[in-house]
Amino acid sequence: MIDLLRWLWLAFLLSVPIWLGDQYYLHILITTGIFTIAAMSLNLLLGFTGQLSLGHVAFFGIGAYTSALLSLGFDLELAEGYTFVLAPKPVWFAFLCGVLVAGFFGWVIGKISFKVRGAYFVIVTISFAEVVRLVALNWVDLTEGPMALSNIPPFTLAVPGLWEQTLYRKAPNYYLMLAIAILSYLIVRRLVLSRTGRAMIALRENEPLATSVGIDVTRYLVLAAVVSAAMAGAAGGLYAHYVRIVDPDVFLFIYTVTMVIMVITGGKGTLAGPVVGGLFFGILPVLLRTIAEPEAQWIIYGVFMIVIVYFLPDGIVPAVRGWVESLQSGRPTPEPAALTGTAAAERKAD
Amino acid sequence: MDQLLQHLLNALILGGTYALLGIGLTLIFGIMRVVNFTHGELYALGAYMVYFFAMVLGVNFFLALVVAVLIGIAVGGLIELVLLRGLRDASIDTTMLVMIGAWIIMQNSEQLAWSGVAKSIVPPFPQEPLVLGPVSVSWTRVFVFVVAALLIVGTHLLIQRTRLGKAMRATFQDRDTAALMGVNINAVYTATFALGSGLAAAAGALLGPVFVVTPTMGNLAALKAFAIVILGGLGNIKGATAGGFILAFAEEIGAGYVSSGYRDAMGFLLIIIVLLFRPTGLFARAERVG
Repeated sequence: MIDLLRWLWLAFLLSVPIWLGDQYYLHILITTGIFTIAAMSLNLLLGFTGQLSLGHVAFFGIGAYTSALLSLGFDLELAEGYTFVLAPKPVWFAFLCGVLVAGFFGWVIGKISFKVRGAYFVIVTISFAEVVRLVALNWVDLTEGPMALSNIPPFTLAVPGLWEQTLYRKAPNYYLMLAIAILSYLIVRRLVLSRTGRAMIALRENEPLATSVGIDVTRYLVLAAVVSAAMAGAAGGLYAHYVRIVDPDVFLFIYTVTMVIMVITGGKGTLAGPVVGGLFFGILPVLLRTIAEPEAQWIIYGVFMIVIVYFLPDGIVPAVRGWVESLQSGRPTPEPAALTGTAAAERKAD
Repeated sequence: MDQLLQHLLNALILGGTYALLGIGLTLIFGIMRVVNFTHGELYALGAYMVYFFAMVLGVNFFLALVVAVLIGIAVGGLIELVLLRGLRDASIDTTMLVMIGAWIIMQNSEQLAWSGVAKSIVPPFPQEPLVLGPVSVSWTRVFVFVVAALLIVGTHLLIQRTRLGKAMRATFQDRDTAALMGVNINAVYTATFALGSGLAAAAGALLGPVFVVTPTMGNLAALKAFAIVILGGLGNIKGATAGGFILAFAEEIGAGYVSSGYRDAMGFLLIIIVLLFRPTGLFARAERVG
């Protein structure tokens, strides 16, 4: 039953560009998908290890900038009379480098910031994102600063020597986004359902206990940070080559907040949560666009965030799941405890 | 040398308002364990209220300052009553998310109400600066520093010398025991949040005439307040005061001798460095209110 639904959902996603003629809506879906990938990567940290990382947009931006810079090429005067020149690289190579560099920064920040917890951790991660934003703004020689990097080449699909297509149009970009989103989902799923994932969940639930049974807390946290950062970097790379312009505003705190809202609304610590939340908050602006100004939209987002935290603290997915289970068993199920609830649900999804 | 003296003087004056921002935030965290994301918006609110009363309605500038702070206190108290009272025993992450929601609502309301155009406040002080030997400083900044210093001392006295202050310190040490001893915890929480908000509004009201007033001015202010509080150790008022001045010095020196573009990055670099070597802040041993 669940399997059938899953295949139907996949077929639906694959069929979208065929029946959706309006290019604007397709564009909305592509950007929604890119943000959903970022939200999935944040969920790995926020949902499964329980660390509220509020600097996540930094990895998205680092991925975007690295990929854009490598595909455009740049020259940088390192010292008097010595200039480092980098010729434009193929887009795929640049994209992979963006993922690696973002992952590397995830490792560095993980090593530094997991020394502290709670409020301190939150503030370190915010500070990191802000430093990166200021560097992107001020290092004009490399990043063009507020003038932005423009004319970023789009992705190219090629069978060497036979066929080549540059992805200018929306539909192929949609399929590319979908492919990377599915890959990201599978990576998160594989990781979370493994021994490593159980270790992460254990230390989310009770860190001293997890440590006492021999789980190397820092190692697992850093691992989650690296995977999560690399995935956010991939989303950033996709964004750079799709929108084809990147400016320092990609590092704004408000984008991290958007990802957090997506994860919290959908259900943190569930596999489907960020997808549901991402689609919801990706499509909501389109519905609101006709009736409200952008500021009013944000106010509605803010109200949503508060209402969700107050009335649906686990998010939409666990709530729906609980409701379906209570229907199936014919009696109201008691609120499952956080650990058993999530773990049992994930096992069921397997 | 003269240039250095000028930088130090500027830093001293800026540090006063930074300390105000930091004290407000650290007080709220120390007593309530809430990371207040609306802090920057209360700062912006203070600046906008001065603009509204002094420049739009034409009320006396000094009266407008007082009214702005009172409005800050009232809005802070309201936020506590409406949003935080129901989350007394919630985890720190939960309240943080609610405060982020409130922050988004407040900032965008400001944008709707005042539009994105920057406003300026003209203070009633002489235009020519005060010259002290090799350095000079505008009268507005002198006024800002004096008021900030008075407010810092006033807050300190409030916490050390009054009944309310005693109740706050007791709640900080042990909420449940304080409640058993007859301290009205809810009243203490509301008062703490209102006081912290009032200090943020005061900082905004004072800096509004020095800089320009924009709807997004609160973002950087909030991030700087976080930096100050981390430097001093969360919940440490003396640490926050020192942190305010340290941040101001770092920014002035950084802007003067390294690069003015990275002025705002100094605080965040300081945070990262401090947390690498002293993860609980520079003055960690004295983590208590007072």
